[in-house]
Parts: sequence; structure tokens; C-alpha cells
Amino acid sequence: MALREPPLAAVHEARGASTTEFGGWAMPVEFDSIRTEHESVRESAGKFDVSHMGEIAVSGPDATELMGRLTTNDMSTLDPGDAEYAMILDAEGTILDDTVIYRLLETHDDEFLFIPNAGHDAEMEGRWTTHRDEWGLDATVDNHTEAYAMFAVQGPDAIGLVASAADDADEVLANLPRFSATDATVADVDCLAARTGYTGEDGLELVVPWNGAESVWDAFDCQPCGLGARDTLRIEAGFLLSGQDFHHEENPRNPFEADVGFAVDLETEFVGRDALAQVAETGPDERLVGFELETRGVPRHGYDITDSDGTTVGTVTSGTVSPTLSTPIGMGYVPTEFAEPGTEIAVLVRGEPKEARTRALPFLER
Amino acid sequence: MSFEIPEELRYMESHEWADHEDGTARVGISDFAQDELGDIVFVEFPDEGEEITHDETFGVVESIKAVSDLYSPVSGTVTATNDALLDAPELVNDDPYGEGWMLKVDLDDSDELDDLLDADAYRDQIE
Repeated sequence: MALREPPLAAVHEARGASTTEFGGWAMPVEFDSIRTEHESVRESAGKFDVSHMGEIAVSGPDATELMGRLTTNDMSTLDPGDAEYAMILDAEGTILDDTVIYRLLETHDDEFLFIPNAGHDAEMEGRWTTHRDEWGLDATVDNHTEAYAMFAVQGPDAIGLVASAADDADEVLANLPRFSATDATVADVDCLAARTGYTGEDGLELVVPWNGAESVWDAFDCQPCGLGARDTLRIEAGFLLSGQDFHHEENPRNPFEADVGFAVDLETEFVGRDALAQVAETGPDERLVGFELETRGVPRHGYDITDSDGTTVGTVTSGTVSPTLSTPIGMGYVPTEFAEPGTEIAVLVRGEPKEARTRALPFLER
Repeated sequence: MSFEIPEELRYMESHEWADHEDGTARVGISDFAQDELGDIVFVEFPDEGEEITHDETFGVVESIKAVSDLYSPVSGTVTATNDALLDAPELVNDDPYGEGWMLKVDLDDSDELDDLLDADAYRDQIE
């Protein structure tokens, strides 16, 4: 099957980016070096093309109810301009995907826009329309994934950079609260700008019409960054990667296991709620933890985690050598008795046990 | 992109290099290899005194993106290791033929180097 491409595929190639397959998309993984890109975001600013992320719009009289019943958070409390992180579950409470939901301003035709992960857009569009029909709700669901590009501008200088590139609304952008979205015009292109991100730094994410993508991308004078740096940044920030830190078939997890219980509101009705209420009562058997190796080595996805006697107790889901901390760090699932920060564990790196300790997430406090 | 390929070195198809002086060789990986791997974060190689064999693995190099075995261009006894790489593996990226060297090897048979690729042959392979 042909890979999907972002609108700026040729622009990135001309800039010298190397490309990788991710979620069915051919995306830039590295422009210069992961370390250079990572440091730019931590120290000044970097821009990411994240057009592989989905965009699904939901509107109509029952839009709020449809959104609420298919996600774990309370949609009824979202005002126009608010954004919220939530999980999408099956009836057993297992995570299908995680998403950010925007309640759009009245200037938009649609009421909600949510962002499924790469390759999940068609699945979520189908899930939304099937449940809408089953429940007899009046709502329209539109998959705009190939109508919108998405860029993230992240880092301590990111807000100022985007605000100064905006044709108007620079005050609004500079003062936009976290997890809020507003309309902004950049290089004559109308965008949705939200103070959200996936790096642990302050910054904005912009949803941009496909045919205005190049003008907007060029308006931000900062380091272009690929998926490689996006991964090392989000691991330091303790953020989950859909398909890697949870996967519906290969690593089925509920939100309490994945340590994202903060995104669950059990007072609301949603698919998977009853199963989760039971988990909440007993507590999960396993939990996602952060860990740091105490010797040299590189923990990677799929490596075994053992207790200090060498018995396998869990699996690494994400790992790297932290470019900021210069230490090997990772995340993985362990039985809850090992989840206490400071617990001695080991990670089998290419079969060799490396001493490690669990620790609280995130690795980097900002 | 053009890569540095010093004329005086000999190369493996798997991108390791060796130089030669008076029966001793230094061993490392090529500019092309470090660029392919990207940011190198970990290097593992044998201790001094260990024997290594031509075309057999002698260690591992890991970048943020990938894990790669290292294959020895020569056979002999390791007489020195570049321990600076343990704390600063990025030296392999910065200076693959200089400060990024990995091992010094007392060669069993210096004629073995004749079987390796010269700079022109290695350039043909990667271009």
C-alpha cells in the first residue's frame, strides 16, 4: 500500500530530511541530527510537521453527547476554545487511542475537532459514525485528515515566534492559556492555534489548511525537527506514544495501567466506563513506570524488565538515552508492587541485565 | 552528500576501517557509517588483551535510532581501547577517523589488510 504523504514532503526532502514510515505515513524523521533538533526545542524553539495526526470534526445537535460517550473525559464542561486530553476505549476499558479534543470557537462551522494518532483516523471516523447511528444521535462526522496539515512549534521561544509571525491576534496568541485554542492568521492563512504540545516545552500546535501549509511552515524561522527528536522529547516528558506504550492488540492496557487516570472522569457515561469503574475499585495489577538505568546501555521497546533476582516481571515500551540528562531512560509496565519510585529492577539489554531503578514521570520537570 | 574516505585506510563492506603501522592497526567505523547511524549514544568493545578475528563481531554501536554490530577488519590482540568513547560516544560522530577510533590491535598477520577494500573500492560501494 502506498504511504500517505504530508503536503510538504517535497519541501522536507529538499531540506535534506530523512524519512521514515509511521502509522502508514512517510514522515521526516531527522533533518540535521536528533541531538541538535532536541536541544533546539529545549533551549529555543523547533518546528515539527505532524500532518500524520488525524483531524476529525464533529458537529450537530448531539455532537457533545457523541463526543462524551466515546471519550473518557467530560465534554459538557468544555467551553469554545478549550482543549482536553482524553482516551478512546473499547467496552472492556482497553485503550484504542488517545486524543486531544478541541471545542471550536463559534467562528467555525464544526463544534468539535479531535486529533487521533497517525493511521487511526479512518478507524475513529468509522467508530464515531457507527455509534452515532446505533444510538440514533443527530451529528455529522467529517474526516479532515487530508484537508489539514498540522505543525507543532515548541520550545521556550515558540510562543513569541508564532505570535510575531501571526498577521493579527499576536496578543491573543501570547496570552493564550494552556490547553486553549484560538483562530490565528499566519502568512495570510487562517489556522487553528492551540497551546498544546508533546515535548514538555511550552508551545503551540497549528491546524493548517493543506494548500496553505508551505507559507505557514516557512513563516517560522527555527530548527525543523523530525519524528526522532519528537520521540526523545516526549519520552523525557513522560508522554505516551499510541501503538508503542499501549496497543489494542499487542499491548492492551486500560488508562489506570497506563497511568493516565487523570484523563478519565468516571462520573460521565462513556464506552468502557463500567469496566474502568471496577479497575478503579481494585487498582490495576500492573502499571506504567519510568525507569533510569544505573549503568551504560540503551533500553528499547520490547526489552524485558526483571526484578533484582533476574525474574522477568515486565516489558519496556519506550526507551532512549536522554539527550538532556545524558542518562538511559525508559518506560514500561511492571506489577504494581514494583511501581514505587526507587524500586530496584533490571532491564535486559541485548540479553544482558542492566541495573535500573523505577522513578516518577516526567523525567524532566519544566 | 560526500563522505570523508581517507586514502591511507582500508575498509570493510560493513563500514569499519583499519589503519596500519608496524604490525599494529587502529580500528573504527567510517564517516558514512556514523552518518547512517545518526547520534551515537553507546559503544561496547572488548577489553585489552582479548583476541578478535577478521569478519567476526567485536562489539556493538548504538545510536538513538539503531543498534549495529561491529565487525573486525583484522585479526589479533587488542592492545588498547578508546575509553573516552564510554563517556563521550558522540566522538564517533564528530571525528570517526580521529578521536572516534575504537581499538588498537596487535596484528596476527598484517597481510590480512590486503584483503580489505581500498578507499576507491569503498567509495564505489557507498556511492
